[in-house]
Amino acid sequence: MTTPAASASNGPMIEIQRLNKWYGDFHVLRDIDLTVARGERIVICGPSGSGKSTLIRCVNHLEEHQQGEIVVNGIAMTQDVKRIEQIRRHVGMVFQHFNLFPHLSVLENCCLSQVWVQKKPRAEAEATAMEYLERVQIANQAYKYPGQLSGGQQQRVAIARALCMRPDVMLFDEPTSALDPEMIKEVLDVMVELAHEGMTMLCVTHEMGFAKTVADRVIFMDQGQIIEEAPPESFFNNPRSERTQLFLSQILGH
Amino acid sequence: MTTTTVYDEMIEARRPPDLRSGVAGWLRKNLFNGPVNSVITIITAGLMAWALWPLLQWAVLQADWIGQTREDCSGEGACWVFISARFETIVYGFYPEAARWRVDIIFAMLAALIAWLAIPRLPAKRWVGLFALVGFPVVAYFLLVGGHFGLMYVPTREWGGLMLTLTIATVGIVGSLPLGVILALGRRSKMPLVKSVCVVFIEFWRGVPLITVLFMASVMLPLFVPTEVDFDKLLRALVGIMFFWSAYMAEVVRGGLQAIDKGQNEAGQALGLSYWQRMGLIILPQALKLVIPGIVNTFIALFKDTSLVLIIGLFDLLAIVRAGLTDPNWLGFATEGYVFAALVFWVFCFSMSRYSQYIERKLHTGHRR
Ligand SMILES: Nc1ncnc2c1ncn2[C@@H]1O[C@H](COP(=O)(O)OP(=O)(O)OP(=O)(O)O)[C@@H](O)[C@H]1O
Ligand SMILES: [Mg+2]
Repeated sequence: MTTPAASASNGPMIEIQRLNKWYGDFHVLRDIDLTVARGERIVICGPSGSGKSTLIRCVNHLEEHQQGEIVVNGIAMTQDVKRIEQIRRHVGMVFQHFNLFPHLSVLENCCLSQVWVQKKPRAEAEATAMEYLERVQIANQAYKYPGQLSGGQQQRVAIARALCMRPDVMLFDEPTSALDPEMIKEVLDVMVELAHEGMTMLCVTHEMGFAKTVADRVIFMDQGQIIEEAPPESFFNNPRSERTQLFLSQILGH
Repeated sequence: MTTTTVYDEMIEARRPPDLRSGVAGWLRKNLFNGPVNSVITIITAGLMAWALWPLLQWAVLQADWIGQTREDCSGEGACWVFISARFETIVYGFYPEAARWRVDIIFAMLAALIAWLAIPRLPAKRWVGLFALVGFPVVAYFLLVGGHFGLMYVPTREWGGLMLTLTIATVGIVGSLPLGVILALGRRSKMPLVKSVCVVFIEFWRGVPLITVLFMASVMLPLFVPTEVDFDKLLRALVGIMFFWSAYMAEVVRGGLQAIDKGQNEAGQALGLSYWQRMGLIILPQALKLVIPGIVNTFIALFKDTSLVLIIGLFDLLAIVRAGLTDPNWLGFATEGYVFAALVFWVFCFSMSRYSQYIERKLHTGHRR
């Protein structure tokens, strides 16, 4: 695929320093430090409610944090709407429940932000959209509406829609956990391919097979904190913290 | 012991059975499927005939249609001569006869614009819509009011009848929807000032009866505003009606906004769309589609309540018909008058209702949200 556009800096893709966030009195994220290099693939796992979604949603400011620094692609996150939109333009996101726009066809879903955010001419946007729909192997459904597709197909469209913006980094929030088992593979295949092409990925998932094949690092979170951070080899074979061991034994089902 | 069964012959796809087997099939399926239902059907049909037959006789079969005066009516059925003799007044009110062609032009333009926008096949919706919202009101104002370009000036107190009803309804409908949308968005805003202004506006206008609004507009306002600034009475009523209904509209639209999954907005944010882009391209199209029944319901209520302007001395369709009842030459035709007025209102409201159902079906895009 096309290499990410030459960006403002050659530093890390995402730099998070001492990030803290509260919901009211509830401390969801505690002193998170995380640096994601360009081209790095990171898988985040952890028990339900540990703050995984909250963490990656802070990266494109779907959630606001109260303390700490987030720098994405050399742009520091502030409250400024223009700056936030600038960051979002380079950060693709895929949601658990797809969040396709049901009133627009698959093709229109993919063209919307190209036309309105990138101000591309319609024809060019459609060409790009078809290119990515082709890649997730769903181009033949381009004129259908999301409501007429299966879950797996919808999630692949959602990935294509995000890729159409030619993002420098992709965020995935449990992209396969709303899918029936037989559809999980078709989505994971797309993600694996994307990883092999060098996309920077930050991925919340419990698909440990995926983590083993593509992740450069696996991060385990619990109670708003990063507990363990390791390459998949050592993460799965000899997890250091007890909580990680417990979690792994539960999730791997033994 | 369990046995394994293998079906190795593929079943060919077949056409579904035909369920619509003509009138006879429909009748049998819906009205005569069994002895009890057949009896119920027959009894109901009998009752309906018994109740409706006299009405049909009165309204159509024994009615008098042609003539100029009451002497042309036999008196057995309805005397529609009462309506036809004063038809012009019912349509134009007291609008000067010599200038009624101007009203006709506006009627024709209005009908053409609505048809153009309502029929999906016709092209250039955006430009026609833009003209309907910007160009048409200007043209309508200059043509109806006059006083420029050699056109005779017709003060709004001479307006009346169907023409006035349609003026109020059109301005009310066209004004209250966008205003309602803005108010609904404002009420959900995170900016405290915007939010509180919208809440106060909505709660104020929703809290007072429309009659009070009209009285305030016609009687109270002039007391507060210096006499030199003479707002037209119709204009004041129009503004009052627009504000009143926009408050209702805002709550209908807000209901739709709340029904849209949070993920839709988030997906728009993640793609870098701005607030207005997200609202205009993602949230509102879905929310408005969801609340089409509520919006049209409000439109219909608005249309019918235009007749309330008679209490501030504006002669809408109903008021003109009522005024005719007191004509010494035509005493005693109240039934005809009210039935006719009701019929006119019904035709407009029913059309809106049917059109909304059609649009809902058309906008439906698949079985899952
Ligand atoms: N808007 C909110 N207001 C208050 N608390 C919230 C809100 N959103 C999330 N939380 C809480 O924050 C914590 C972290 O939520 P988060 O969604 O990040 O968890 P998660 O790790 O993604 O869990 P899951 O695996 O179930 O998706 C949870 O305890 C949740 O109850
Ligand atoms: Mg989550």
